[in-house]
Amino acid sequence: MSHEMISNIFVFVLATFVGLQVIQRVSPLLHTPLMSLTNAISAISVVGSLVISGKGETGFSTVLGTVAVCASMINIVGGYLLTYRMVRMFKKRSPKKS
Amino acid sequence: MSESMIDLIYLASASCFILALIWLNTVKTSRRGVVTGVLGMLLAVVGTLLQPSIEHYTWIAAAIFLGSAIGIPLALVPMTAVPQRTALSHAFGALAVTLVGTAEFYMNNAHLGAFEMTTLCIEVFLGSLTFTASLMAAGKLQEILPSRPVTYRGQNFVNLGMFGVALAVAVLIAVNPSSPLSSQVLFPAMIALCMIFGVALILPIGGADMPTVISLLNSYAGLSASMMGFVLNNKLLIIAGALDGSSGLILSIIMCKAMNRSFMNVLFGAFGQVQASKAALTQKTYRSAGAEEAAELLRTASKVMIVPGYGMAVAQAQHKVRELFDILSGQGVDVKFAIHPVAGRMPGHMNVLLAEAEIPYDKLIEMDEANADMPQVDISLIIGANDVTNPGARSDKTSPIYGMPILDVDKSRMVMVIKRSMNPGFAGIDNELYYMDKTLMLFGDAKVFLTELVKDLSSND
Repeated sequence: MSHEMISNIFVFVLATFVGLQVIQRVSPLLHTPLMSLTNAISAISVVGSLVISGKGETGFSTVLGTVAVCASMINIVGGYLLTYRMVRMFKKRSPKKS
Repeated sequence: MSESMIDLIYLASASCFILALIWLNTVKTSRRGVVTGVLGMLLAVVGTLLQPSIEHYTWIAAAIFLGSAIGIPLALVPMTAVPQRTALSHAFGALAVTLVGTAEFYMNNAHLGAFEMTTLCIEVFLGSLTFTASLMAAGKLQEILPSRPVTYRGQNFVNLGMFGVALAVAVLIAVNPSSPLSSQVLFPAMIALCMIFGVALILPIGGADMPTVISLLNSYAGLSASMMGFVLNNKLLIIAGALDGSSGLILSIIMCKAMNRSFMNVLFGAFGQVQASKAALTQKTYRSAGAEEAAELLRTASKVMIVPGYGMAVAQAQHKVRELFDILSGQGVDVKFAIHPVAGRMPGHMNVLLAEAEIPYDKLIEMDEANADMPQVDISLIIGANDVTNPGARSDKTSPIYGMPILDVDKSRMVMVIKRSMNPGFAGIDNELYYMDKTLMLFGDAKVFLTELVKDLSSND
């Protein structure tokens, strides 16, 4: 195994520990927004999709990459927007009815 | 732009994602969290587009435009539909990962080392099974597909067998990736097997198990993105994927604990089938009442605990619940909402529904706190929840939900249950709560009943 792979495994393990610690502190009140936010974050696969699509190495890879960019964008735009909509709904006091 | 510059942009992006999750832990900082998450993603996309290897922008622009156009309406769904929307977006995420992995395989299967090839196989394996499993889950939640568990004899054997074969194929590919056999037969076969396995995995899952399954799929989707990072040697992908993977993992553990079940039991247990025979065993007596009587009783209460469940979402009754909350609070009644972790169809589902109905979030309390309050509660009002209130989970060792932590509504002074009929719920488990002396059954559609209740309560002021 090359040095690079080992350092990648390091990053993976440490990021998992950070994730476990951070997520445990999220209030159960916000578990739905949490899932919707992490869903948007996991659309980071857009990075790989952009590279494949933009390289245009073969027609086949361009098609797959482009569809992948599209699928990732759905999650980025949809995920962040929905999460923002949800967290804005949580209010301390119910607004006075007119 | 130089490679190290791009790496620094990626580092900033990864930091943003971690900060976003840190700030999501309280309501106060949650908006900042979402904005930071957007910034992180923006940095990631810009950093990638600056890479010199990207030469063609036309298709990318079209895909970004189309994806955004589909994403916006998906973000505007009603809160009751958020579980199926979330399942659907897990499917999109998994699709992207699978496609990238496939493209990478056919471009580079001769050059990738053994370690990268192994991670690529895991990536595509998880991606393709998560893709179809999430589509199935979304279909069941949307009730396009029958939401009851579908089981047959030997199901677990078939599923495990399919999983084993797919795994064996994956190993064969990883061992000899550049052979024509791998690229022409094995790789497509692995994807097909995983996709079928994904469908088979969700067939026996019933609605009550959906919170766990959605969390698990969330975890898979993250993990597969992380694997993509190994293949492409991109640390940002590894970090973001690992964050998502650990989040899904924690949520599924919380869900499993809240049902006192193991992962294996959720995936291979086929919950809904267990108890069909035991229901309707004896004719027991219960008391029922109309809206007027319920209103009278509520007026005399000083502490009311409302227990919402999926039934409230189905009946779209959350706004009526809010009206009830307003009236009772206005009359000086202390009203709180007891939220069981697995109430609804995804983690936290009840909270967003009630928050949407503009119920203040400090009135939504967790199970432990609610149970500590129960002996002081005059009336607990159950709306569309069933199993999470069943005292059998504490005492009846033969009950399939024995050992599951429940909301101890039977310890409050009086219990009211809004329910359509005496039919046992989705899981087919009879609830002895309904036959207790202190329980009053309020029959009817939750929304219709609450409308009457609110009318009666406000008329006699």
